Amino acid sequence: MSLRERLASGGFAVTAEISPPRGASTQPITKTAASLKDWVDAVNVTDNQGSNVRLASWAGSLAVLSTGLEPVMQMTCRDRNRIALQSDLLGASALGIRNILVMTGDHPKFGDHPGAKPVFDLDSVQLLWTLRTMRDQHVLLSGRKLDPAPDCFLGAVENPFAPPVEFRADRLGKKVAAGAQFVQTQFVFDVPAFARWMAQVRDLGLTEQCAILAGVGAVRSVKALDYMHSHVPGVEVPDHIFQRLRKVPPAQQTAEGIKLAAEIVQQVAQIPGVAGVHLLVAGNEQAVPAILDRAELNLTRGTDGR
Amino acid sequence: MTAASPVPVHPRLGARVAYRLQQVLRPNAGYRWFAARIEGQGPARVLFTGAERETKTQMFGCRMCGQCALPVTGYVCPMGCPKELRNGPCGGVGADGSCEVYPDRRCVWVDAYDRAAAAQRAGDLRLLHRPIDHRRWGQSSWLNYWQGRDEGLWTGNPRENP
Repeated sequence: MSLRERLASGGFAVTAEISPPRGASTQPITKTAASLKDWVDAVNVTDNQGSNVRLASWAGSLAVLSTGLEPVMQMTCRDRNRIALQSDLLGASALGIRNILVMTGDHPKFGDHPGAKPVFDLDSVQLLWTLRTMRDQHVLLSGRKLDPAPDCFLGAVENPFAPPVEFRADRLGKKVAAGAQFVQTQFVFDVPAFARWMAQVRDLGLTEQCAILAGVGAVRSVKALDYMHSHVPGVEVPDHIFQRLRKVPPAQQTAEGIKLAAEIVQQVAQIPGVAGVHLLVAGNEQAVPAILDRAELNLTRGTDGR
Repeated sequence: MTAASPVPVHPRLGARVAYRLQQVLRPNAGYRWFAARIEGQGPARVLFTGAERETKTQMFGCRMCGQCALPVTGYVCPMGCPKELRNGPCGGVGADGSCEVYPDRRCVWVDAYDRAAAAQRAGDLRLLHRPIDHRRWGQSSWLNYWQGRDEGLWTGNPRENP
Protein backbone atom coordinates (compact mmCIF):
# COMPACT_ATOMS: atom_id res chain seq x y z
CA MET A 1 0.00 0.00 0.00
CA SER A 2 1.42 3.37 -0.96
CA LEU A 3 1.59 6.33 1.43
CA ARG A 4 -1.10 8.05 -0.61
CA GLU A 5 -3.35 4.96 -0.37
CA ARG A 6 -2.67 4.49 3.32
CA LEU A 7 -3.72 8.07 4.05
CA ALA A 8 -6.70 7.91 1.70
CA SER A 9 -7.92 4.74 3.44
CA GLY A 10 -7.84 6.49 6.80
CA GLY A 11 -5.08 4.21 8.10
CA PHE A 12 -2.42 5.45 10.50
CA ALA A 13 0.65 6.27 8.44
CA VAL A 14 4.24 5.97 9.60
CA THR A 15 7.13 7.63 7.84
CA ALA A 16 10.76 7.95 8.85
CA GLU A 17 13.77 9.85 7.64
CA ILE A 18 17.03 8.80 6.01
CA SER A 19 19.87 11.19 5.47
CA PRO A 20 22.01 10.23 2.50
CA PRO A 21 25.74 9.67 2.96
CA ARG A 22 28.51 12.16 2.37
CA GLY A 23 29.98 10.02 -0.37
CA ALA A 24 29.32 8.52 -3.76
CA SER A 25 27.49 5.37 -2.72
CA THR A 26 23.85 4.48 -2.25
CA GLN A 27 24.70 1.41 -0.18
CA PRO A 28 24.08 2.96 3.25
CA ILE A 29 20.65 4.06 2.02
CA THR A 30 19.58 0.72 0.60
CA LYS A 31 20.74 -0.99 3.80
CA THR A 32 18.72 1.34 6.01
CA ALA A 33 15.71 1.25 3.70
CA ALA A 34 15.70 -2.54 3.77
CA SER A 35 15.71 -2.52 7.57
CA LEU A 36 12.77 -0.10 7.71
CA LYS A 37 10.70 -1.68 5.00
CA ASP A 38 8.47 -3.72 7.30
CA TRP A 39 7.85 -0.83 9.65
CA VAL A 40 7.05 2.28 7.68
CA ASP A 41 4.94 3.37 4.72
CA ALA A 42 7.64 5.57 3.26
CA VAL A 43 10.95 7.19 4.11
CA ASN A 44 12.00 10.76 3.56
CA VAL A 45 15.28 11.28 1.79
CA THR A 46 16.67 14.59 2.92
CA ASP A 47 17.93 17.28 0.56
CA ASN A 48 21.35 18.32 1.81
CA GLN A 49 19.98 18.48 5.35
CA GLY A 50 21.18 21.36 7.47
CA SER A 51 22.83 22.84 4.36
CA ASN A 52 25.49 20.11 4.43
CA VAL A 53 26.44 18.46 1.15
CA ARG A 54 25.18 14.90 0.87
CA LEU A 55 24.28 12.54 -1.94
CA ALA A 56 21.42 14.05 -3.96
CA SER A 57 17.90 13.53 -2.71
CA TRP A 58 16.66 12.20 -6.08
CA ALA A 59 19.47 9.62 -6.21
CA GLY A 60 18.79 8.55 -2.64
CA SER A 61 15.09 8.29 -3.46
CA LEU A 62 15.84 6.02 -6.41
CA ALA A 63 17.95 3.83 -4.14
CA VAL A 64 15.05 3.56 -1.67
CA LEU A 65 12.70 2.72 -4.51
CA SER A 66 15.00 -0.12 -5.60
CA THR A 67 14.45 -1.85 -2.24
CA GLY A 68 10.69 -1.85 -2.72
CA LEU A 69 10.09 0.91 -0.18
CA GLU A 70 8.47 4.19 -1.11
CA PRO A 71 10.63 7.31 -0.90
CA VAL A 72 9.52 10.80 0.00
CA MET A 73 11.88 13.03 -1.92
CA GLN A 74 12.63 16.21 -0.03
CA MET A 75 13.03 19.32 -2.12
CA THR A 76 14.29 22.57 -0.66
CA CYS A 77 14.28 26.03 -2.20
CA ARG A 78 17.76 26.79 -0.93
CA ASP A 79 19.98 25.57 -3.76
CA ARG A 80 17.95 25.64 -6.96
CA ASN A 81 15.98 28.23 -8.86
CA ARG A 82 12.56 27.74 -10.42
CA ILE A 83 14.03 26.24 -13.59
CA ALA A 84 15.98 23.53 -11.75
CA LEU A 85 13.15 22.77 -9.32
CA GLN A 86 10.59 22.19 -12.06
CA SER A 87 13.06 20.12 -14.02
CA ASP A 88 13.75 18.00 -10.92
CA LEU A 89 10.06 17.27 -10.47
CA LEU A 90 9.79 16.08 -14.07
CA GLY A 91 12.84 13.86 -13.61
CA ALA A 92 11.63 12.43 -10.32
CA SER A 93 8.17 11.72 -11.63
CA ALA A 94 9.51 10.09 -14.79
CA LEU A 95 11.65 7.77 -12.65
CA GLY A 96 8.77 6.71 -10.40
CA ILE A 97 9.29 8.97 -7.39
CA ARG A 98 5.80 10.03 -6.37
CA ASN A 99 6.00 11.64 -2.93
CA ILE A 100 7.58 15.07 -2.91
CA LEU A 101 8.12 16.98 0.31
CA VAL A 102 8.57 20.69 -0.24
CA MET A 103 10.34 22.92 2.24
CA THR A 104 12.11 26.26 2.26
CA GLY A 105 15.30 24.71 3.58
CA ASP A 106 17.86 25.79 6.14
CA HIS A 107 19.98 28.84 5.43
CA PRO A 108 23.46 27.99 4.06
CA LYS A 109 24.90 29.72 7.10
CA PHE A 110 24.18 26.61 9.16
CA GLY A 111 25.98 24.12 6.94
CA ASP A 112 29.40 23.12 5.71
CA HIS A 113 29.47 25.77 2.97
CA PRO A 114 28.41 28.94 4.80
CA GLY A 115 29.72 31.10 1.95
CA ALA A 116 27.37 29.51 -0.60
CA LYS A 117 24.88 31.65 -2.46
CA PRO A 118 21.44 31.26 -0.91
CA VAL A 119 19.05 30.84 -3.84
CA PHE A 120 15.51 30.95 -2.39
CA ASP A 121 14.13 31.95 -5.81
CA LEU A 122 10.79 30.41 -4.77
CA ASP A 123 9.54 29.85 -1.26
CA SER A 124 7.88 26.63 -0.10
CA VAL A 125 4.35 27.92 -0.75
CA GLN A 126 5.28 29.04 -4.26
CA LEU A 127 7.03 25.74 -5.00
CA LEU A 128 4.01 23.70 -3.85
CA TRP A 129 1.78 25.91 -5.97
CA THR A 130 4.06 25.49 -8.97
CA LEU A 131 4.24 21.70 -8.65
CA ARG A 132 0.49 21.38 -8.20
CA THR A 133 -0.09 23.48 -11.30
CA MET A 134 2.36 21.36 -13.28
CA ARG A 135 0.47 18.23 -12.25
CA ASP A 136 -3.12 19.51 -12.48
CA GLN A 137 -3.00 22.21 -15.14
CA HIS A 138 -0.20 20.61 -17.15
CA VAL A 139 1.70 23.86 -17.37
CA LEU A 140 5.00 25.22 -16.16
CA LEU A 141 5.28 28.37 -14.09
CA SER A 142 5.91 30.19 -17.36
CA GLY A 143 2.59 28.96 -18.75
CA ARG A 144 4.22 26.60 -21.25
CA LYS A 145 2.45 23.27 -21.77
CA LEU A 146 3.79 20.02 -20.33
CA ASP A 147 3.37 16.62 -21.91
CA PRO A 148 2.94 14.35 -20.07
CA ALA A 149 2.28 16.05 -16.77
CA PRO A 150 4.03 14.69 -13.67
CA ASP A 151 2.23 12.50 -11.16
CA CYS A 152 3.00 13.43 -7.59
CA PHE A 153 1.74 13.42 -4.02
CA LEU A 154 2.71 16.72 -2.47
CA GLY A 155 3.85 17.21 1.09
CA ALA A 156 4.86 20.15 3.20
CA VAL A 157 6.32 20.78 6.63
CA GLU A 158 5.17 23.05 9.41
CA ASN A 159 6.48 24.06 12.80
CA PRO A 160 3.48 24.43 15.13
CA PHE A 161 5.65 25.80 17.92
CA ALA A 162 7.54 28.71 16.37
CA PRO A 163 6.32 32.31 16.63
CA PRO A 164 3.94 33.69 15.60
CA VAL A 165 2.18 30.65 17.08
CA GLU A 166 -1.26 32.21 16.40
CA PHE A 167 -0.46 32.24 12.69
CA ARG A 168 0.96 28.72 12.32
CA ALA A 169 -2.33 27.00 11.47
CA ASP A 170 -3.02 29.73 8.89
CA ARG A 171 0.41 29.21 7.45
CA LEU A 172 -0.40 25.52 6.99
CA GLY A 173 -3.63 26.74 5.40
CA LYS A 174 -1.57 28.63 2.82
CA LYS A 175 0.39 25.48 2.04
CA VAL A 176 -2.78 23.43 1.70
CA ALA A 177 -4.28 26.09 -0.56
CA ALA A 178 -1.08 25.93 -2.61
CA GLY A 179 -1.31 22.15 -2.97
CA ALA A 180 -0.04 20.31 0.13
CA GLN A 181 -1.77 16.94 0.53
CA PHE A 182 0.18 15.83 3.58
CA VAL A 183 2.29 17.59 6.14
CA GLN A 184 5.03 16.43 8.47
CA THR A 185 5.58 18.60 11.51
CA GLN A 186 8.65 19.65 13.41
CA PHE A 187 9.55 17.58 16.52
CA VAL A 188 6.62 17.31 18.90
CA PHE A 189 7.92 17.43 22.46
CA ASP A 190 5.20 19.67 23.83
CA VAL A 191 2.08 17.58 23.21
CA PRO A 192 -0.44 20.08 24.71
CA ALA A 193 0.92 22.87 22.46
CA PHE A 194 0.66 20.51 19.49
CA ALA A 195 -2.93 19.67 20.45
CA ARG A 196 -3.79 23.39 20.55
CA TRP A 197 -2.37 23.83 17.06
CA MET A 198 -4.30 20.78 15.84
CA ALA A 199 -7.52 22.29 17.18
CA GLN A 200 -6.91 25.40 15.06
CA VAL A 201 -6.01 23.23 12.07
CA ARG A 202 -9.30 21.35 12.45
CA ASP A 203 -11.23 24.60 12.84
CA LEU A 204 -9.83 25.76 9.51
CA GLY A 205 -11.04 22.51 7.94
CA LEU A 206 -7.53 21.57 6.89
CA THR A 207 -7.62 17.98 8.12
CA GLU A 208 -10.15 17.18 5.41
CA GLN A 209 -7.78 18.34 2.69
CA CYS A 210 -4.42 17.42 4.11
CA ALA A 211 -3.11 14.52 6.22
CA ILE A 212 -1.21 15.62 9.32
CA LEU A 213 1.77 13.52 10.37
CA ALA A 214 3.22 14.50 13.73
CA GLY A 215 7.02 14.61 13.90
CA VAL A 216 8.37 12.45 16.70
CA GLY A 217 12.04 11.99 17.46
CA ALA A 218 14.00 9.52 19.55
CA VAL A 219 16.51 11.34 21.71
CA ARG A 220 19.72 9.43 22.37
CA SER A 221 21.20 11.44 25.22
CA VAL A 222 20.93 14.66 27.18
CA LYS A 223 23.82 15.92 25.11
CA ALA A 224 21.95 15.24 21.87
CA LEU A 225 18.87 16.94 23.28
CA ASP A 226 20.94 19.92 24.28
CA TYR A 227 22.42 20.17 20.80
CA MET A 228 18.98 19.99 19.23
CA HIS A 229 17.66 22.67 21.56
CA SER A 230 20.44 25.13 20.91
CA HIS A 231 21.55 24.35 17.35
CA VAL A 232 18.59 23.14 15.31
CA PRO A 233 16.58 26.15 14.11
CA GLY A 234 13.01 26.09 15.30
CA VAL A 235 13.37 23.31 17.86
CA GLU A 236 12.51 24.15 21.46
CA VAL A 237 12.72 21.38 24.03
CA PRO A 238 10.54 21.92 27.12
CA ASP A 239 12.21 21.68 30.52
CA HIS A 240 10.28 18.63 31.64
CA ILE A 241 11.79 16.60 28.82
CA PHE A 242 15.30 17.63 29.89
CA GLN A 243 14.50 16.80 33.50
CA ARG A 244 13.12 13.41 32.62
CA LEU A 245 16.20 12.44 30.64
CA ARG A 246 18.63 13.82 33.21
CA LYS A 247 17.12 11.58 35.86
CA VAL A 248 18.33 8.42 34.15
CA PRO A 249 22.01 7.37 33.99
CA PRO A 250 23.74 8.08 30.65
CA ALA A 251 23.82 4.41 29.71
CA GLN A 252 20.03 4.24 29.86
CA GLN A 253 19.25 7.54 28.18
CA THR A 254 18.86 6.01 24.72
CA ALA A 255 16.29 3.55 26.05
CA GLU A 256 14.51 6.36 27.88
CA GLY A 257 14.46 8.37 24.64
CA ILE A 258 12.72 5.51 22.87
CA LYS A 259 10.24 5.17 25.72
CA LEU A 260 9.53 8.89 25.52
CA ALA A 261 9.09 8.75 21.73
CA ALA A 262 6.68 5.83 22.04
CA GLU A 263 4.63 7.75 24.61
CA ILE A 264 4.47 10.81 22.35
CA VAL A 265 3.39 8.59 19.44
CA GLN A 266 0.58 7.21 21.59
CA GLN A 267 -0.47 10.66 22.74
CA VAL A 268 -0.53 12.30 19.31
CA ALA A 269 -2.38 9.30 17.84
CA GLN A 270 -5.26 10.16 20.19
CA ILE A 271 -5.57 13.72 18.88
CA PRO A 272 -8.41 14.01 16.34
CA GLY A 273 -7.16 14.70 12.85
CA VAL A 274 -3.68 13.21 13.30
CA ALA A 275 -3.22 10.85 10.36
CA GLY A 276 0.13 9.38 11.33
CA VAL A 277 3.59 10.00 12.64
CA HIS A 278 6.84 10.99 11.04
CA LEU A 279 9.77 9.51 12.94
CA LEU A 280 12.71 11.88 12.94
CA VAL A 281 15.41 9.32 13.54
CA ALA A 282 18.02 10.02 10.85
CA GLY A 283 21.22 8.28 11.90
CA ASN A 284 19.34 6.23 14.52
CA GLU A 285 17.02 4.25 12.27
CA GLN A 286 17.21 1.14 14.45
CA ALA A 287 15.03 3.04 16.93
CA VAL A 288 12.04 2.79 14.59
CA PRO A 289 10.98 -0.80 15.43
CA ALA A 290 11.58 -0.17 19.12
CA ILE A 291 9.41 2.95 19.16
CA LEU A 292 6.59 1.36 17.19
CA ASP A 293 6.71 -1.84 19.25
CA ARG A 294 6.47 0.13 22.44
CA ALA A 295 3.72 2.38 21.14
CA GLU A 296 1.62 -0.76 20.55
CA LEU A 297 -0.31 0.68 17.65
CA ASN A 298 -0.65 -2.78 16.09
CA LEU A 299 0.35 -1.47 12.73
CA THR A 300 0.72 -4.30 10.32
CA ARG A 301 3.20 -3.58 7.57
CA GLY A 302 5.44 -5.92 5.64
CA THR A 303 4.14 -8.50 3.20
CA ASP A 304 0.69 -8.94 4.70
CA GLY A 305 -0.10 -5.35 5.51
CA ARG A 306 1.15 -3.92 2.28
CA MET B 1 19.92 39.54 -5.55
CA THR B 2 21.45 42.89 -4.78
CA ALA B 3 25.00 43.12 -3.48
CA ALA B 4 23.93 43.47 0.13
CA SER B 5 22.57 40.33 1.76
CA PRO B 6 19.06 40.63 3.12
CA VAL B 7 18.86 41.59 6.79
CA PRO B 8 15.62 41.88 8.80
CA VAL B 9 14.70 45.52 9.37
CA HIS B 10 12.09 46.83 11.76
CA PRO B 11 10.22 49.63 9.98
CA ARG B 12 10.56 53.19 11.27
CA LEU B 13 7.13 54.09 10.06
CA GLY B 14 4.28 53.03 12.34
CA ALA B 15 1.77 50.63 10.82
CA ARG B 16 -1.16 52.98 11.51
CA VAL B 17 0.38 55.84 9.53
CA ALA B 18 1.36 53.45 6.77
CA TYR B 19 -2.17 52.07 6.41
CA ARG B 20 -3.49 55.64 6.27
CA LEU B 21 -0.98 56.52 3.54
CA GLN B 22 -2.12 53.43 1.67
CA GLN B 23 -5.59 55.00 1.33
CA VAL B 24 -4.12 58.19 -0.09
CA LEU B 25 -1.71 56.49 -2.50
CA ARG B 26 -4.16 54.01 -4.07
CA PRO B 27 -3.83 53.92 -7.85
CA ASN B 28 -6.19 56.22 -9.73
CA ALA B 29 -6.28 57.92 -13.11
CA GLY B 30 -4.21 60.84 -11.80
CA TYR B 31 -1.42 58.71 -10.41
CA ARG B 32 -1.45 56.54 -13.51
CA TRP B 33 -1.01 59.58 -15.75
CA PHE B 34 1.73 60.94 -13.49
CA ALA B 35 3.57 57.59 -13.35
CA ALA B 36 3.42 57.17 -17.12
CA ARG B 37 4.85 60.67 -17.64
CA ILE B 38 7.68 60.16 -15.16
CA GLU B 39 8.54 56.79 -16.62
CA GLY B 40 8.66 58.23 -20.12
CA GLN B 41 11.40 60.72 -19.24
CA GLY B 42 14.80 59.22 -18.39
CA PRO B 43 16.12 61.84 -15.94
CA ALA B 44 12.76 62.22 -14.18
CA ARG B 45 12.52 58.46 -13.76
CA VAL B 46 16.04 58.25 -12.32
CA LEU B 47 15.29 61.08 -9.90
CA PHE B 48 11.95 59.67 -8.85
CA THR B 49 13.38 56.15 -8.40
CA GLY B 50 16.25 57.59 -6.35
CA ALA B 51 13.80 59.42 -4.11
CA GLU B 52 11.79 56.25 -3.63
CA ARG B 53 14.94 54.31 -2.83
CA GLU B 54 16.02 56.91 -0.27
CA THR B 55 12.63 57.12 1.43
CA LYS B 56 11.86 53.42 1.54
CA THR B 57 15.38 52.42 2.58
CA GLN B 58 15.11 54.78 5.54
CA MET B 59 11.59 53.72 6.44
CA PHE B 60 11.56 49.99 5.71
CA GLY B 61 15.07 48.86 4.80
CA CYS B 62 13.82 48.58 1.20
CA ARG B 63 16.08 46.66 -1.18
CA MET B 64 14.29 47.82 -4.38
CA CYS B 65 12.89 44.53 -5.61
CA GLY B 66 10.52 46.68 -7.67
CA GLN B 67 7.40 44.71 -6.67
CA CYS B 68 6.36 45.93 -3.29
CA ALA B 69 4.55 43.63 -0.86
CA LEU B 70 4.39 46.15 2.01
CA PRO B 71 0.64 46.89 1.74
CA VAL B 72 -0.20 43.31 2.76
CA THR B 73 2.67 42.53 5.14
CA GLY B 74 1.93 45.01 7.91
CA TYR B 75 4.40 47.32 6.20
CA VAL B 76 7.35 45.12 7.14
CA CYS B 77 9.55 44.30 4.15
CA PRO B 78 9.68 40.54 3.48
CA MET B 79 12.79 41.03 1.33
CA GLY B 80 14.71 41.64 4.55
CA CYS B 81 14.15 37.98 5.40
CA PRO B 82 17.47 36.19 4.75
CA LYS B 83 15.48 33.64 2.73
CA GLU B 84 13.48 36.43 1.03
CA LEU B 85 10.27 34.59 1.87
CA ARG B 86 7.20 36.26 0.44
CA ASN B 87 4.98 33.68 2.16
CA GLY B 88 6.73 33.51 5.52
CA PRO B 89 7.55 32.93 8.29
CA CYS B 90 9.85 29.91 8.02
CA GLY B 91 9.99 27.23 10.69
CA GLY B 92 13.25 28.41 12.18
CA VAL B 93 11.97 31.40 14.13
CA GLY B 94 13.38 31.44 17.67
CA ALA B 95 11.05 31.11 20.67
CA ASP B 96 11.61 34.83 21.33
CA GLY B 97 10.60 35.75 17.79
CA SER B 98 14.17 36.17 16.58
CA CYS B 99 15.44 35.47 13.08
CA GLU B 100 17.37 32.18 12.87
CA VAL B 101 20.05 33.75 10.71
CA TYR B 102 20.34 37.03 12.67
CA PRO B 103 19.40 36.04 16.23
CA ASP B 104 19.78 39.63 17.43
CA ARG B 105 17.03 40.73 15.05
CA ARG B 106 13.34 40.06 15.04
CA CYS B 107 11.88 37.87 12.29
CA VAL B 108 10.23 40.16 9.74
CA TRP B 109 7.19 37.90 9.61
CA VAL B 110 6.72 37.94 13.37
CA ASP B 111 6.92 41.70 13.11
CA ALA B 112 4.52 41.70 10.16
CA TYR B 113 2.03 39.53 12.00
CA ASP B 114 2.06 41.73 15.09
CA ARG B 115 1.64 44.95 13.12
CA ALA B 116 -1.04 43.58 10.81
CA ALA B 117 -2.97 41.96 13.68
CA ALA B 118 -2.90 45.21 15.68
CA ALA B 119 -4.53 46.95 12.70
CA GLN B 120 -7.07 44.13 12.19
CA ARG B 121 -5.26 43.19 9.01
CA ALA B 122 -3.89 39.74 10.01
CA GLY B 123 -6.03 38.24 7.25
CA ASP B 124 -3.65 39.86 4.72
CA LEU B 125 -1.02 37.35 5.71
CA ARG B 126 -3.13 34.51 4.29
CA LEU B 127 -2.77 35.83 0.74
CA LEU B 128 -0.65 33.73 -1.61
CA HIS B 129 2.26 35.68 -3.03
CA ARG B 130 3.43 34.74 -6.49
CA PRO B 131 7.14 34.32 -7.29
CA ILE B 132 8.78 37.65 -7.93
CA ASP B 133 10.16 38.78 -11.28
CA HIS B 134 13.89 39.22 -10.83
CA ARG B 135 14.07 41.54 -13.83
CA ARG B 136 12.38 44.21 -11.77
CA TRP B 137 15.15 44.72 -9.20
CA GLY B 138 16.12 48.39 -9.05
CA GLN B 139 12.91 49.63 -10.63
CA SER B 140 10.52 52.00 -8.92
CA SER B 141 7.75 49.93 -7.39
CA TRP B 142 5.59 53.04 -7.04
CA LEU B 143 5.62 53.57 -10.81
CA ASN B 144 4.84 49.89 -11.28
CA TYR B 145 2.08 50.00 -8.67
CA TRP B 146 0.35 53.06 -10.07
CA GLN B 147 0.40 51.60 -13.55
CA GLY B 148 -1.31 48.42 -12.40
CA ARG B 149 1.67 46.09 -12.86
CA ASP B 150 1.50 44.86 -9.26
CA GLU B 151 -2.07 43.61 -9.46
CA GLY B 152 -1.05 39.97 -9.80
CA LEU B 153 1.60 39.93 -7.08
CA TRP B 154 -0.70 38.07 -4.69
CA THR B 155 -4.10 36.41 -4.71
CA GLY B 156 -6.63 35.11 -2.26
CA ASN B 157 -7.79 32.52 -4.74
CA PRO B 158 -5.59 29.41 -4.74
CA ARG B 159 -7.28 28.07 -7.89
CA GLU B 160 -5.45 30.71 -9.89
CA ASN B 161 -2.10 29.77 -11.37
CA PRO B 162 1.10 30.93 -9.64
